[in-house]
Amino acid sequence: MTSTAFTPDAARALGGPAWLSDRRVAAAEQLAALEWPTSSEEIWRYSRVDDFDLERYRPADAETLGPPGDERAPGGGPLAAEAGERAALVVVRDGRVVHSDLDEALERKGVRVCGIATCEESEVRGWLGVCSDASPDAFTVLHDAFLAGGAFVHVPAGVVIDQPIVVLHWAEGDGLASFPHTLVVADENSEVTVVDRFSSSAKHHLVDAVVELHVAQAARVRYLSIQDHAPTTWHVALQRAHVARDASLRSSAVALGGDYARLRSESLLSGVGAESDLLAVYYGDHGQMLDFRTLQDHAAPNTRSDLLFKGAVEDRARSVYSGLIHIREAAQKSVAFQTNRNLVLTEGAGAESIPNLVIEANDVKCSHASTVGPIDEDQLYYLESRGVSPEDAERLIVLGFFDDVFDRLPVPSLVRTLRHAVSEKLGRLHA
Amino acid sequence: MSTLKVAGLRATIAANGADVLRGVDLEINSGEVHALMGPNGSGKSTLSHTLMGSAEYEVQGGSVTLDGEELLGLPTYQRAARGLFVAMQYPVEIPGVRLADFLEAALTGAGRSTDDLDARLAAEAERLGVADRFLRRGVNVEFSGGEQKRLETLQLAVLAPKFAILDEIDSGLDVDALRDVSRRVEAMTQERGLGVLAITHYARLLTELRPDRVHVLMGGRVVASGGPELAEQLERTGYEGLAAELGVEETIAPASVPDDPFADPGF
Repeated sequence: MTSTAFTPDAARALGGPAWLSDRRVAAAEQLAALEWPTSSEEIWRYSRVDDFDLERYRPADAETLGPPGDERAPGGGPLAAEAGERAALVVVRDGRVVHSDLDEALERKGVRVCGIATCEESEVRGWLGVCSDASPDAFTVLHDAFLAGGAFVHVPAGVVIDQPIVVLHWAEGDGLASFPHTLVVADENSEVTVVDRFSSSAKHHLVDAVVELHVAQAARVRYLSIQDHAPTTWHVALQRAHVARDASLRSSAVALGGDYARLRSESLLSGVGAESDLLAVYYGDHGQMLDFRTLQDHAAPNTRSDLLFKGAVEDRARSVYSGLIHIREAAQKSVAFQTNRNLVLTEGAGAESIPNLVIEANDVKCSHASTVGPIDEDQLYYLESRGVSPEDAERLIVLGFFDDVFDRLPVPSLVRTLRHAVSEKLGRLHA
Repeated sequence: MSTLKVAGLRATIAANGADVLRGVDLEINSGEVHALMGPNGSGKSTLSHTLMGSAEYEVQGGSVTLDGEELLGLPTYQRAARGLFVAMQYPVEIPGVRLADFLEAALTGAGRSTDDLDARLAAEAERLGVADRFLRRGVNVEFSGGEQKRLETLQLAVLAPKFAILDEIDSGLDVDALRDVSRRVEAMTQERGLGVLAITHYARLLTELRPDRVHVLMGGRVVASGGPELAEQLERTGYEGLAAELGVEETIAPASVPDDPFADPGF
């Protein structure tokens, strides 16, 4: 891949600590030799990667980003008001942390919430990239080459944090590519909830994001990502979790925005008794494409995973769900489920659903299910026979369809807002 | 005092054009209970859904008026708003959609008050022996047959239509549930003049829900009408016997039974 703007010099010029700058340059030096993916590769099948042109974007320069640690959004800025109750807030603009705060009592307990570029090197360096390096692709290499900062959350052993830690990733530069990163380390027997919210202004923007979740032995991590980008934004994200012995991850994604928005969500169950729940709600309208690739990777015995992804598309929107349950030879007595359900609300919209199983152990319990179809006519008729208008009936059925995912989202206080956001999109269907 | 009048109603199944209703005439006034009986395939369910405006059936002629206003041509939800209700034989499961959610939408859409909806639901639930949990989950989801029919009756009571068609409300009901449902319907006919068309295959329902009039549907037409004694006669003779007495040749609408792929091809 040749690029005029994404060069090692540009990567170096972003500033920050030497270790991070060196890490960027090393990745940037790989870019020239990198083959950009095409939709002929299975993992990119049905995607829009063939439309992707890196030349349309440029990386932010150090001047636009501002120096690391510069508090450019005092108090968190206007978005902070929407973040709700929280234990900590990090605001990341175009990939650079511009605000971060943390409850003092938690700080005294050793909890760390800070920018990747401003944390102590000894605290963050050993963790950065451990998850994402285990599953790289061209976008993660590009990400590493221009990673300017991002949020780092470290919860020490035994610490339980009740309120969520909220990270707001805001993308605003026209024609820019930005590289948000969230790195969560939950030490042994700790408990934390992290909310990542990705949004953008109505400009052409590429968001190339990486989220890493380290869930140590017996730790409990709840994670929610909300993607409500402007309709001109391209979003390509990798979210990868490593879940250790007896630990649990409950991860959920709500994807509503973007032009092409892709989430590759992987969870590696590496320790005995580890478990992960992956949930998602997505709703595409206009010409959007929402693209999900999931991996439930069972590498240890007695591990359990469950996945429930539910989406709706209308107008010319498209969605892709492609998911794999991989049960390795060592993962005897594991249990894994995978369910993807799609509503296609109008002619012209479409949803692909491709569940897959690879099972190398012989004593496991595994199942998958997938559906793609319009709203059930009998359900519509039933509600209409009670006097509900067709528009209201459709809205009720679609919201009801998402209900079992909404009910399981890890931050109940946000559910009302998210349900409303889906309802708003539905309202436009009949406008 | 309201009147639901069905005159010369003819309808086909949209999917295959089968001629199911071939000129149905009925007239029901407020407060009256009419029973419509007929063998399987006679067109009973087709009648209830044609009255309600289901897209699965196509009206070929006739009229359905409520107090003189033609209902045919109105979309289903507007027929409901005019005061028509069908208690379904097979209520469909709708995950995540609670009773209060859609009843509120229905009442609001018809310009009616929803002020004390929760209290009304709770009171009706108590009266019908419906546990609170059934109000809180998706309607009909994993409900037993009896629970479904109690919930249909509960909706009937809250929506308070002028006329209710009970489509085989006795199917899948145990004796207790049948009695509870019948008592509630009977009270509505007496207290607020609900007119009822109770469609059933069995006379069992009619001992609980005492009808003023009984009609027999065969071959897509009402072939006999009378008082409760007609149901007793049916009990004795069966549909075949009654058909023989009346000289009715086709008891079911001929094309409404799908071709049997395993039938002897005859060669």
